Amino acid sequence: MKRILQGNEAIARGAWEAGVTVGCAYPGTPSSEIMSELSRYPEVYTEWSTNEKVSLEVAFGASLAGGRALVAMKHVGLNVAADPLMTMAYTGVKGGLVVVVADDPGQHSSQNEQDSRHWTRFGKVPMLEPADSAECRDFTRIAFDMSERFDTPVLVRSETRVSHSDSPVDTGERTESALPKGLSRADAPKQVMVPAFARMRRLEIDRRMERLEAYAEEEFPGNVTEFGDLSVGIIASGVSYLYAKELFPDYSFLKLGMVWPLPRRRIADFCRKVKKMIVVEELDPFLETEIRAMGIRVRHGKDLVPSIGELTPAILEASLAKAVTGRKYRPARPRVRTGELPGRPPNFCAGCGHRPLFYALKKLGVFVFGDIGCYTLSVAPPLSAMHASTCMGASVGGAYGAGKVLGKEGLGKVCAVLGDSTFLHGGVAPLMDAVYNRGYSTTLILDNRITAMTGQQDHPGTGRTIRGDEAPMVDYAGLARAVGVRHVRHIDPYNIAETLDVVREELERDDASVIITRDSPCILLRREHPRDRFRHPLYRVREETCRGCRACLNIACPAISWRPEPGMTAEGQKRKGTALINPEQCVGCGVCGQVCTFGSIVPKES
Amino acid sequence: MSTSEATTNVFFSGVGGQGTILASNILGQVLLRAGYDVKKAEVHGMAQRGGDVTTHFRFGARVHSPLIRQGDVDLLIAFELLEGLRYIDWLKPDARIVLNNHRILPPAVSLGKMEYPADVAGTFRKHFGGNAHLVEGTGIARALGNIQVANVVLLGALSFLFHDLDEERWLEALRELLPPRLQEINVRAFLEGRGCLAGRGQG
Repeated sequence: MKRILQGNEAIARGAWEAGVTVGCAYPGTPSSEIMSELSRYPEVYTEWSTNEKVSLEVAFGASLAGGRALVAMKHVGLNVAADPLMTMAYTGVKGGLVVVVADDPGQHSSQNEQDSRHWTRFGKVPMLEPADSAECRDFTRIAFDMSERFDTPVLVRSETRVSHSDSPVDTGERTESALPKGLSRADAPKQVMVPAFARMRRLEIDRRMERLEAYAEEEFPGNVTEFGDLSVGIIASGVSYLYAKELFPDYSFLKLGMVWPLPRRRIADFCRKVKKMIVVEELDPFLETEIRAMGIRVRHGKDLVPSIGELTPAILEASLAKAVTGRKYRPARPRVRTGELPGRPPNFCAGCGHRPLFYALKKLGVFVFGDIGCYTLSVAPPLSAMHASTCMGASVGGAYGAGKVLGKEGLGKVCAVLGDSTFLHGGVAPLMDAVYNRGYSTTLILDNRITAMTGQQDHPGTGRTIRGDEAPMVDYAGLARAVGVRHVRHIDPYNIAETLDVVREELERDDASVIITRDSPCILLRREHPRDRFRHPLYRVREETCRGCRACLNIACPAISWRPEPGMTAEGQKRKGTALINPEQCVGCGVCGQVCTFGSIVPKES
Repeated sequence: MSTSEATTNVFFSGVGGQGTILASNILGQVLLRAGYDVKKAEVHGMAQRGGDVTTHFRFGARVHSPLIRQGDVDLLIAFELLEGLRYIDWLKPDARIVLNNHRILPPAVSLGKMEYPADVAGTFRKHFGGNAHLVEGTGIARALGNIQVANVVLLGALSFLFHDLDEERWLEALRELLPPRLQEINVRAFLEGRGCLAGRGQG
C-alpha cells in the first residue's frame, strides 16, 4: 500500500518489516521520531536509553543473542556511541545490527555541523544513504540483510531533509528473522577484544571490506547509473542527488546509495563515459576526496558547491548552473527588503520554568556553564544568561574545572545548569568527578520531567517508558548524595526570591552542591498538568499605574509587549509607553508580577 | 489553480505552534489520493519554540527535491502576516496567496526595538493583485471557540484554489487524520475557511 511517510517513520517501517526485535535510541533532532514510531509496533521491544553509547551496547547484546537490532541517534550522538561502534566493527554481529545516524546540515537544531560519512571510513563499517522516504524504508531493510551477511554493523546516514521530509512509500509486511535465538560461549575469540583476538579480527575487517565493495559494484540496488546528456556527469548521494536531478534532469548521473565502500570500478566506468564529471555533495568533500584519490579527474566539486550549511536547490543552482548548463544563474529582483524584517528567533514558551530561573541567574551575575536543551535559549538577550555550552553533560565538568583555576576567587561566581534528561545522559560522571576531586561547583538540575526540546520523550527520571508504561524513577537527590554531594537543595523556579536566596547560598559554599527544581514540568507536557499550579484568570497590566519602565520586558515573555504611547500614570508620573499582556498567550505563571517594580502587573480578578 | 503534470509548489509559513504541520499533512493526504507524487519538508526541534517555521510542499507526476527553489512558489499559505512577508520573494509572479490576518509580535517588536511591518496585505496586493487573499483565519477560529483551528480555516480557504478537487475529498482526509473528538470543530473550521474564498467568487 502506498502511504505518505516521514523519512524517520519510513526507517522505522523498514526495520519493522525486516523483523527487528530490539530498538534503542536517545532522542536527538532530526532522528527522534525513528524510535517513537518504532515503539508503535507491538512486535518490537523499544526503549529510550540513557544515552547513545548505552543504546548501541544494548543493541549489541540483542544482536549477539540472535535478535535484529536498530539504534538511532543524531550526528553528535554517534560521537558518544563511537567507542562501542569502533570495536563492534571488529567483533561483527549475530543478528543484524543497524545504526541510523541523522546529520543536521545548517544546524537547524544542533550545536555543530558534522558530516557523519567520515565515521564509515574511520570505523571501517559500511554506510547507506537514502534520499527520500521510499529509500529510507528500502535501505533500512537491506541494511539488516547486509549486516548479517557481511557480519558487520551497518550505518544508515540520514539528515534533516531526509528524516523530516514526507513522501510516498510502498510498504510491505513483516518478515520474522530466521536466526535462532541464543548466546554462544564458543564465540568468545570473536567477541572478546583482547589484543591477541582483536589483531586477528583486524585482518577480517579488510577481507570484509573487499567483499562489501564487490557487493556495492554488482548487487546493491541503490547504486544507480542514469545516462543522459554525456557532456556532464554528476556523482551524488542522498538528498543532494535529488536537488541536482531536479535542476539538471537531462544530464548523466551516478547516484550512490552506498557511500562506503565505494564501487570504484563503476565510478571509473561512469567517468570514462562522461565528458565533464562533477561531484555534488553537502558538507565535506567526502566523495570528491575519495574519487580524486582513485586518480580520476573531478572537474568541479567543492570549488563551487559550498561545504558549509545545508544545500538547497537555489544554492546549488547559483553555484553550479554555469558549470553544468553554461548559462549563468540570475536571481529575481527582490520585491521587499526581507533581510531587514524583524527576525523571529525561538524563545522559551509562555509559562516555561526556565525563564524565571535564568532571570535569577542573570541577576546574580554568575558565569553559567550551560548544556544541551531548550535552556540554551537563555543565551539570547534580554536574558543573556548562558556563557558556555558545548555538548551533553559538559556543564558540570566545565563549572568545576573553572573553579580549579579561579580558586577561592571564583566562589559565588560559577555554576552549571542542565536539564534532567541531559544530566542522566552525561552529567552523572562529571558530578562524581567534581565531588571526588573536591570541586566546589554548584550544579542546577532543571527537572522539567521530560526530554523537552526534541519533542517530549521519556527518560529514566520520568517514571514512564517509551510506550508510556510505568517505570522506576531516578531520585536525583538520592543519586547526588550517593556520589558524595553533601548539599542537595530544591527550589521552586517560579519563586524568584527563593531561587535567588538558595542559589546565592550554594554558590558561596566551598563544596560541591546540587540544586534541583521542583514542581516545574515542561509547560507543553500535558500529562503533568503544568498549568494547574498557575493562577487563573491570567495576569494584566494596570494601565493606570504602569510607569513604562520596561522591567517586565527583561524576562522575554512572548505574551508581553511594549506599546509606545507617551502619557501619564494616574499618580501623575510621566511615561513613554506601557506594557501589555496578550491574554491569548499568557498562561498565568505570574513571573512578570514578580519582576514589576511598581506592582502594576496583577492577576486579572483584582 | 489546476492540478496538472508539472510540479506545483506550496509553501506554508507561520510561527511554531500554529499547526502548519497538520494542515500540510491533510493537503498531502488529499493529493496522494488524487494520484500525485508528493514531497514535503519541514524543520522540527529547537526552531519550533516560537520561532518562524516553514513547510515546503510539492506535488506533481514525479517530484525529486523536497525543497522548493526560491522564486518557484505557486501557492503561499501564511499563518501570520510577517511570516508571509518574509517569503514574498519566494513567489512566482502569478502566485496565489492565502494570508491569515493575524499578527504575532516577534521579540524585537515586543521589546519596542523594531516596528512590525505596516500593511502587509497591501504589499501583497501591490505585487499580486487579486491573487492575494486576506482571510480572518484566527478570527474565525476564535469565534468557533478554539483559536487552534485557525490552521484548518486557512486550509479550507486554500482548498478553494484547487478547483478540480471537490470538497468531499478534503473532508475525508480531515476525518482520516484527526481524532473523532476534534472532527466536528475542524470540519466547521474548514467549511468556514472555504466559504471565505468561495464568497468572493475567485479561485
